[in-house]
Amino acid sequence: MKRRMTALISLVTVLALGIGLAQAQAPKRGGTLTFAISAETPHYDCHGSDTYATLHFSAPFYSTLLKFNLDKYPEVTGDLAQSWTVAPDLLTYTFKLFPNVTFSDGSPLTSADVKATYDRLRIAPQGVVSTRKATFEDIDSIETPDPQTVVFKMKAVNAAMLEHFASPWNCIYSAKLLTEDPNAPKTKILGSGPFVFVEHVKGSHVAGKRNEKYFRPGLPYLDGFKGVFMLQAAAMLNAMEGGQVMGEFRGVAPAERDRLVKAMGDKLRIEESAWTLNLVLVFNTEKKPFDDVRVRRALNLAIDRWGGSQGLARISTLRAVGGVIRPGSPYATPEAELVKLPGFSKDIAASRAEAKRLLAEAGVPNLSFVLHNRNLAQPYTPAGIFVVDQLRQIGVTAEHKQFDTAPYLAGMNNGNFDVAISFSNLFMDEPSLGLAKYVSFDKSSENQSRSIDRELDSLYTQQVRELDRDKRIATIKTFEKRLFEQGYQVPLLWWHRIVPTNKVVMGWKMSPSHNLGQDLGEVWLNQ
Amino acid sequence: MLRYTVHRLLLMIPTLIGVAILVFFMLRIVPGDVVEVKLRGDGGSVSQATIEMERKRLGLDKPLVAQFGDWMVGLATLDLGKSMWTDRPVIEEIGLRLELSLQVAVMATIVVVLFAIPMGTIAALRRDTWIDYLVRIVTIGGLSVPSFWLGMLLMVGLLAVFKWLPPITFTPFYVDPVANLAQLIWPAIAVGYRYAAVVARMVRSSLLEVLQEDYIRTARAKGVYEELVISRHALRNALLPAITVIGLEFAFLIGGLVVTEQVFNLNGIGKLFVQSVSRNDFMVIQGLVMVLAVFYMLVNLAVDILYAVFDPRIRYR
Repeated sequence: MKRRMTALISLVTVLALGIGLAQAQAPKRGGTLTFAISAETPHYDCHGSDTYATLHFSAPFYSTLLKFNLDKYPEVTGDLAQSWTVAPDLLTYTFKLFPNVTFSDGSPLTSADVKATYDRLRIAPQGVVSTRKATFEDIDSIETPDPQTVVFKMKAVNAAMLEHFASPWNCIYSAKLLTEDPNAPKTKILGSGPFVFVEHVKGSHVAGKRNEKYFRPGLPYLDGFKGVFMLQAAAMLNAMEGGQVMGEFRGVAPAERDRLVKAMGDKLRIEESAWTLNLVLVFNTEKKPFDDVRVRRALNLAIDRWGGSQGLARISTLRAVGGVIRPGSPYATPEAELVKLPGFSKDIAASRAEAKRLLAEAGVPNLSFVLHNRNLAQPYTPAGIFVVDQLRQIGVTAEHKQFDTAPYLAGMNNGNFDVAISFSNLFMDEPSLGLAKYVSFDKSSENQSRSIDRELDSLYTQQVRELDRDKRIATIKTFEKRLFEQGYQVPLLWWHRIVPTNKVVMGWKMSPSHNLGQDLGEVWLNQ
Repeated sequence: MLRYTVHRLLLMIPTLIGVAILVFFMLRIVPGDVVEVKLRGDGGSVSQATIEMERKRLGLDKPLVAQFGDWMVGLATLDLGKSMWTDRPVIEEIGLRLELSLQVAVMATIVVVLFAIPMGTIAALRRDTWIDYLVRIVTIGGLSVPSFWLGMLLMVGLLAVFKWLPPITFTPFYVDPVANLAQLIWPAIAVGYRYAAVVARMVRSSLLEVLQEDYIRTARAKGVYEELVISRHALRNALLPAITVIGLEFAFLIGGLVVTEQVFNLNGIGKLFVQSVSRNDFMVIQGLVMVLAVFYMLVNLAVDILYAVFDPRIRYR
């Protein structure tokens, strides 16, 4: 009897604890999430923007066809697409949309809207800017056999097509709105996302309220959100400490994180992740002596990435040492192979000795030039100082000049620089996106070194079309090896993402990209 | 006086034309392109054809003289054009922020009038006493301490002591005066302190000079009450230079609080200026410069008219 009572009490206790735990984790409805956005979007059009500011602003109002499952990144899941099939030859993608989806004005969202959106993305009518038009070049046609079905026919196989469909920039617009004015999305928000647009006070904030007609039952949990534009980090940190904003979803520097931890203690949650951004050292191959592979290679060999990352990680958002693909991501070169590439050896003394020999052989042992850099504190300034210091170790003098964004870009795009620090900003770990920067100058607008290398071009195309994962990885490694041997532009270090939120904010999911997961549909407030 | 005022207003036109020429061509010397910043600033991979299309849409492909001509035609009809960044009318961008900047300027000026003039007066009347020394210490502090730094101290202090910060978004006074003042009193104090220090010192030294004048001695000899000597005779003359300073500072406050606005996260003209410069948004910069130029000229005119009010010897023809 006593034993039965003990067992019963234990069972009841376990059940009660389980219920309590479940209740503590069950999302609560209500509340308004106020968060900081560190830049303001110039317009509302996802298709024509390249800044996270547009997504942090617009993503809550729109849906996409697919999106990334941040619980299992980089797996793709459906957003508007309830299901999809891919033909065995990968030349046909068929999506079935959720039924009864409406835009915020009540009009139905059908396959025609998806078709109109993707036609705009891939063709970009006159006067429309589609920033990622090249991504959809492989789409041959889009058919809509019924209001719930969209069929994409491809011209050629693209190994990353599903990931491209999941791009957060592919906000689905109303076909009717696009017919009236192809540029309407720049100034008018009409989406099917979890929130409905309330107001945008320019220079101040954006606000949205729950979309009561959202096609996912029970979502969103929040009554609304308010994104406050806070361009200065100190103001944002003060606002977090003061409880006026509950988070900043792009990322902060280590010193800012430390300040918040000290000030907010257990009210704060810090999430950290690798980041799909890196800095790249670019050599202007149209200028002597950087047209000489020996000089480029020497300058690359001088940089102690492994040693530098430890120091830079404490003072900047730079951290990870990696090649052309983000370290730790599915296609990245493992460290054991990376260290064999020029510039990645852990024997920096030997690398620098080789660098000096190469410079002497090239006839420029005491090279000096201007290092063209962007005038941003994080992480460009510390990166520039680091590079100058590293090059000094082999007798090279680099004058560090930082420019505001407009003249910086002007210099880069006009070839008015010797060596520069550039960057790569990817929304996902897809090699086709990351490697595009290194394709020949006449084929890629991202190539700032102005290099022409048909072997790299061929390898790039090969990996785009390669469906076998192992073969694709092998091709990428060959590409990487060629790139570092030629050294036109070489990755410096990859960034590290630190996102602070108030502990009451639940349901937001960290990922390696600050462009993902910003629809706020599953975010809730534990208060 | 009326003829003088009209004459001054008409003189504004050639001045503004000169400002327009200067700002337009000086901006074009700076390298950089708003289209590049907008479409490639965050690593975008748009084609050069798209860049050229956008430049054409914004009229940047036209010869400079043609662009200038278009802008001047717009100015003549009070159309400042459209922002190259947002495509919204420049007037709208400025108007949205002007209310806040004006209010901060007005509040700072009130701080000055309420504190600086009495402080300067008392310091002059109690020369070389502890009151005078105290005022001089306080005013030197105001001149030494940058207003943005004082602003940062205020914010940190409010947070540390009261666990409270001012509202981070602007609410107009007529909507919610409490929220409005709760937000703007702090930048007004931060900015007003330096402003008041300048004016207080100006009033003090001016008054000290005026108090040595013969007519002051005569008034005292006639047995006029000291309070009347100060208020009716001395202050009226001593305030003339202070009026000039108040006017110039007020005009400066409209668009000059770049860093202070960042510290308090204010959506004002200064912030718009900084953002437009970093984006190479020529149209907004040009519009802002023209608006501020008009402000400065109108404030100068108002100061000159006030001079005539305070000093009957001054008559404009």
